[in-house]
Amino acid sequence: MTATGSSTLPGLLPDLEVIRKDFPILSRRLADDRPLVYLDSANTSQKPQCVIDAMVDHLERHNANVARAMHQLGAESSEAFEAARDKVAAFLNAPSRDEVIFTKNASEALNLVANTLAWARGPLEVAEGDRVVITQMEHHSNIVPWQLLTQRTGADLRWFGLTDDGQLDLSDIDELITERTKVVSLTWVSNMLGTINPVAEIARRAHEVGAIVVVDASQAAPQLPVDVQASGADVVVFTGHKVTGPTGIGVLWGKRELLDQLPPFLGGGEMIETVTMERSTYAGIPHKFEAGTPPIVEAVGLGAAVDYLGAIGLDNIHRHEQAITGYLLEGLATVPGVTVLGPLDPTLRGGAVSFEVDGVHPHDVSQLLDSFGIAVRAGHHCAKPAHKRFGVQSSTRASSYLYTTPAEVDAFVEGIIATQKYFKVA
Amino acid sequence: MSVDLDSLYQEIILDHYRNPHHAGLRDPFESEVHHVNPTCGDEITLRVHLDGEPGHETVSDVSYDAEGCSISQAAASVMADLVIGQQVDEALRKHQAFLELMQSRGTIEPDEEVLEDGIAFAGVSKFPARVKCALLGWMAFKDATSTILAGTASTTTPEENR
Repeated sequence: MTATGSSTLPGLLPDLEVIRKDFPILSRRLADDRPLVYLDSANTSQKPQCVIDAMVDHLERHNANVARAMHQLGAESSEAFEAARDKVAAFLNAPSRDEVIFTKNASEALNLVANTLAWARGPLEVAEGDRVVITQMEHHSNIVPWQLLTQRTGADLRWFGLTDDGQLDLSDIDELITERTKVVSLTWVSNMLGTINPVAEIARRAHEVGAIVVVDASQAAPQLPVDVQASGADVVVFTGHKVTGPTGIGVLWGKRELLDQLPPFLGGGEMIETVTMERSTYAGIPHKFEAGTPPIVEAVGLGAAVDYLGAIGLDNIHRHEQAITGYLLEGLATVPGVTVLGPLDPTLRGGAVSFEVDGVHPHDVSQLLDSFGIAVRAGHHCAKPAHKRFGVQSSTRASSYLYTTPAEVDAFVEGIIATQKYFKVA
Repeated sequence: MSVDLDSLYQEIILDHYRNPHHAGLRDPFESEVHHVNPTCGDEITLRVHLDGEPGHETVSDVSYDAEGCSISQAAASVMADLVIGQQVDEALRKHQAFLELMQSRGTIEPDEEVLEDGIAFAGVSKFPARVKCALLGWMAFKDATSTILAGTASTTTPEENR
């Protein structure tokens, strides 16, 4: 697919065709010899050749366990794994590499925080009478761990509601964030509505009452410069597979003084200092939270991925996403019977656009688009409460990334019109 | 348009989707169940009313309130057509035949004597992601009927499950 006249959109990445060649899967042909139009990047991003090569090279030439093998391959593997931690620390502008913990995914990272806060004793402990505040636009992975925490401890779970245009309703912030509030956990960018939240402002308010601020950057890290120091958060999590890295690896960044005070999450190899049959003492961070053999080749792939994004520049990627998202919103606005959920101003949102097509269920929209070679997501996108807020059970979501072209957006909008015709609703 | 797509969206399926038969919740009923497809959020609340002597019950009514895609809505409509008025064991035989058809990945030639309009769903079995959609109403029917026969039926759906 080549970008046509619309490739002059301001903000597009200048070498889009070159970037697309970095992603082998984008040349796939699907059934009926249709070219792939991949608009499901908020679900998982595609992988550039450099990430694939880094992982293959590690497995072919350097494979060994880390931090336990005394041989040459062990040293190479450990070095590659720890180099990935350095790369991620740089990607996040983390003050210290030791504050970067590798997890299985963002869900595990959020569960790590929620569980260790339940087990903590002293000022961090979340107990009966305390309050945890989340928002109505969270992914289930930033709802359920806090439900489990508050149910187990007797703490109180509260949340920010949403305005009609898909922003956080901050009008009751003074009632929500009080002296009782111990944790405020929110998404930076909504995976359903696309909304970009004022993380720094909420963090400032939360810190005034001494609460810990946890930020789910799963949708932000792919498309915004994520500076953990500027964010004001105490903990920031994201997942590798949405930033052009592999599945099976996530990242938890946390301030050292917090991570040092939290008890271990999983017990096992690597997280210990010494073990007797009666008791153990624990390693310092990051290893305290990395029990067992870690996802080694996945870390190598993630390191290559954040280097790749860094070379293109997150500011440039953000501008590209805004340009493509604006173009997509304009395209959908020309189709009668289509309603977008979330902010309509592309400067207020990320690159995931959820919408309804009158008279056609999202499954059926997605099925028709798939027959044209266009991959989107249909369903509740693991955000059932946010869907309920807008009175819908499910939606269709188109999500772009740094490799998305205006021509693909054109194909998508034409596909929606063809879908309406197929189901005789237009 | 691809051949596969038209085999999925048979005209008969789209007809049932636009004008579902036996839709709406009715009295009397001995069992009400609420089923969801957790991957997409599709939901159905379904009631079953049986008549007759134990061991020789007839399905007198199936009523439902469903929210979902064309495949799930049409499947519930066809299912209600097929089982209402049938002996329970015959209705459950149809359930089994439909389940086998859906799990066949396109390898079974459906029996029109048993499944009537249900044979239109043969194409769905080639789309693994849609099989659960087609089975949502059928599974709810099987569940509701089984609980009546076992004497464990509930006639109220807890509010939080709605």
